[in-house]
Amino acid sequence: MPTISFVNVSKRFGKVLALDRISFEAEDGEYLCVLGPTGSGKTTLLRLIAGLLRPDEGTIYFGNRPVNNVDAQNRNAVYVPQQYALFPHLTVLQNVAFGPLARDNPENVALEMASRTLEMVRLSWRAEAYPSELSGGMQQRVALARGLASNAGLLLLDEPLGALDARLRLDLRHKLRELVKQSGFTAIHVTHDRDEAMSVADRIMVLRGGRILDCGTPRRIYTRPTGIFVANLVGGANFLEGIVETTTEKASAVRVSGGIMIRTRSELLTVNEPVIIAVRKERVRISNSELQLDNVLNGEVREVRFLGSSREYRVRLSNGDVVSSRQFLEGAESTFRVGERVSVGFDQVDITVFSYPPQGLRKELEIV
Amino acid sequence: MPKLDLVGVSKQYRDVIALDNVSLHIDNKEYVCIIGPSGCGKSTLIKCIAGIIQPDRGQILIDDQPVNAVPIEDRKIGYVFQDIALFPHMTVRDNLAYGLAVRGTGSNQIAGVTNEMLDLINMRERSKSFPIELSGGAQQKVAVARAIATGSYLFLLDEPLGALDALVRAELRYELKRLASDLGLTVIHVTHDQEEALSIADRVVVMKRGRIVEIGKPADIYFSPKSLFAENFVGETNLLEGEVIETKGTSCVVEIAGCRVRVLDRGKEEGERVVLSVRPEFIPLARSSGSGSNGWRGRVKQVTFLGSITRYRVEIKEGLELVAHVPAVSEEEFHVGEDVDVLLDEERHTLLFDLPAEGLENEIALE
Repeated sequence: MPTISFVNVSKRFGKVLALDRISFEAEDGEYLCVLGPTGSGKTTLLRLIAGLLRPDEGTIYFGNRPVNNVDAQNRNAVYVPQQYALFPHLTVLQNVAFGPLARDNPENVALEMASRTLEMVRLSWRAEAYPSELSGGMQQRVALARGLASNAGLLLLDEPLGALDARLRLDLRHKLRELVKQSGFTAIHVTHDRDEAMSVADRIMVLRGGRILDCGTPRRIYTRPTGIFVANLVGGANFLEGIVETTTEKASAVRVSGGIMIRTRSELLTVNEPVIIAVRKERVRISNSELQLDNVLNGEVREVRFLGSSREYRVRLSNGDVVSSRQFLEGAESTFRVGERVSVGFDQVDITVFSYPPQGLRKELEIV
Repeated sequence: MPKLDLVGVSKQYRDVIALDNVSLHIDNKEYVCIIGPSGCGKSTLIKCIAGIIQPDRGQILIDDQPVNAVPIEDRKIGYVFQDIALFPHMTVRDNLAYGLAVRGTGSNQIAGVTNEMLDLINMRERSKSFPIELSGGAQQKVAVARAIATGSYLFLLDEPLGALDALVRAELRYELKRLASDLGLTVIHVTHDQEEALSIADRVVVMKRGRIVEIGKPADIYFSPKSLFAENFVGETNLLEGEVIETKGTSCVVEIAGCRVRVLDRGKEEGERVVLSVRPEFIPLARSSGSGSNGWRGRVKQVTFLGSITRYRVEIKEGLELVAHVPAVSEEEFHVGEDVDVLLDEERHTLLFDLPAEGLENEIALE
């Protein structure tokens, strides 16, 4: 599959600007995840690539070839929509074999391809069933298998695991990436689930309100996000509002509410500049004795959130702000209890400083 | 105040047994989450309690009063489900007032209650908005407040967050829990999302094929479930078939993949076929430290950065892989192709189950 490029692509629906001058590239064999809240333009983007929509402005290229006017069936792409449409009168196997047959493969070859793909999505045992006999999750996997079996080179997946139970989704997302990579497909996968995006993607592209806010490897986006919204969308973080008090070449000090000083790296700040300090929850250490860290704050545990593999301690500081600390490797008993006095702390390197968003922090973080 | 009892409730649809002799007691003011794979009967159960479905057998009692014969509208139950069902042509305030108005409540009292509800969900300034002007999360909050406004104390929530974005869901669930505790509601919340259940429930009920397989506090269900099914369902885990070679004192030796490991004894006999379960976060990896360590030698097959943790797939024997999650704060990184020690804690964090008669796969099947 050639590189897919968008150059200043816009799409409108009536008064609504669904995509606003979008430019990006997806390389051959790449697994690109488009992450964004409902209404951010994710599905529109996918439908433009599929050829089911035409851009109002800008150009879409497959390699060097502009495809704005190329019909969907001539794009060598398979679009697997959120609302999967299986043929009700065909069995699961026949549904999956449909693509290969339509491409003039002999019947035995097509059926062979279909059963191999069904095995990949763990549905061989339902090969003879009709779609109506399957659960929603199974139907979605059949749709996925049909996409994979079509051998189209470009797989466009709209919330491919969306209809599945959380536990099954957990199992299948790693499998999905493996399948795509084994087949050598280019995949563009749309989701609002950050864990899913982090698990499957070579690169994540974050969309909001029809614009690209960030695009990069999961590691880069997680550790060095371009903004507050992205930082929050790809992983839990603490955000504190503050004003830069002092700044030198080596370090800066930011005053947060209640006069608490936070030491940060220099980050090219200006004195008196309003800023947002961001610290990932897992970077916040918690202890009921001394902590040797650049920033140590005292507070009281207000809430303990058990998440299975981790616990989140929500600690209220003397200034009323709440800082969350995420701890792994605890057992059945929580280490700290509600009401307990604790210290929380983090180092300079754990902090990212963002300039204060024009509309305020709350508005900036708003998901939809 | 509302406590709820189910006694031997069964429901069959043609040849499918949706509920098979289910008994359950829920205390007043308790928040109970019901989880289980699609088709396990959790929705049927909640519909029986609501009065939408009549059970074939068994009794449903609210505050010790049998309600099988009581119609839906007289059960005094608040019901919120996945599809947000607000009236699109009514403002937030009118939506909240609707339930009271149809009951003939006086207009002064209606105004008082709706104001109270608006404050409860922090939406006073959105009272004149129409549903379409609100986010999905805000709409669902209004739906919950509307149910609360009717004065019910027993609430059935059927995937109340199912239609929302992942991040919105993860925040809103704590708000639901807060509302329930502040108001002293009894809540039965059905979800397919085990993290949602673990994080807010007082007790979690795990269902499978129409039966309750496990009931317990979240941490107990996660760390020491009695059933293999629940162990696998509530979180990712590594399941390894093996045989007990020797038991001595508090630990025992199990042979898995041609290698003997020492784990905490769980009352198994020598020679017994077992399944060892260890969650990915409790498998530390180490650069090969040589002999004497408890675990396997393996080779890293895949590394996935997941933010707060890094996920490693490690092959310990041809065709046999383990998943290990290493917290990012440990600052330790391993690379694909690297040989590592895959370690087990001899004293904690492993469970042993009897090898199921019908096989491991069948036991943990999600469909």
